[in-house]
Amino acid sequence: MVADDDAALDGAFLALADPVRRRIIARLSRGPATVNELAEPFEISKQAVSKHIQVLEQANLVTRSRDAQRRPVHLNPARLEALTAWIDQYRLVREGQFRSLDAVLESSAGHTAPKAKDRK
Amino acid sequence: MTNQLKITAPEGLPYIDFEREFDFPVADVFRAHKDPELVAQWLGPRGMKMEMDHYDFRTGGSYRYIHTGPEGVPYEFRGIFHTVRENEFALQTFEFGGYPDSVSLESMTFEELDGGRCRLRGHAMYQSMEARDGMLHSGMEGGMSEGYERLDELLAGASV
Repeated sequence: MVADDDAALDGAFLALADPVRRRIIARLSRGPATVNELAEPFEISKQAVSKHIQVLEQANLVTRSRDAQRRPVHLNPARLEALTAWIDQYRLVREGQFRSLDAVLESSAGHTAPKAKDRK
Repeated sequence: MTNQLKITAPEGLPYIDFEREFDFPVADVFRAHKDPELVAQWLGPRGMKMEMDHYDFRTGGSYRYIHTGPEGVPYEFRGIFHTVRENEFALQTFEFGGYPDSVSLESMTFEELDGGRCRLRGHAMYQSMEARDGMLHSGMEGGMSEGYERLDELLAGASV
């Protein structure tokens, strides 16, 4: 089912792997909003929120209209719907876990010899 | 960059298979599955509180851990390790507290590859199709919040 556009799906999965971006998506599901409006509930900077929106845009999950300065962000429901099957959710979770596992292995804790804890 | 995750869910069978390679030897990846402190770092999320009640990764051992989300909602997971063979194989049960009595049987095979890499293959069997899809639906809600905050850092780190 995902064979056709693996790369595009991967992009979307990566985009959704971030809790801030998922909250932005959740907000947009209630209607379009400007960057300022989207940034409001977050403690992070507006620039950071802009970056998150860019990632979502690249993944085709949201679009931005050329409505003068407002440039509201819209959800692309078709893209999102393509990702809501349970297997995609399973994949998201696993993907996240294994990336975290990569990080653990990357860190010294993952592959140094005997640990202090073993002597406790 | 990141190793691809392959997931297969056959039509009409309550199974899920996955396959994922790691740029580390079997011994490292196995240890990251065995040592509860390491397991807590990747199985558990940063955004959620990961409480490792116990995690005894050996034949006849058991585990229980709880993820608590930012809203204070706890998600409990528990099961038994039926068989664990060092650097080779593990077979365990898995149960999500939000979907009680629906227990899946999950195996993992650790396989050494050339160049100090390894492949992990997983196979999960659910009691029924409904159990598979239903458990995943309800369990993923909590799972969705798992461990992704680390991702940006990972990606950032990879591009440095």
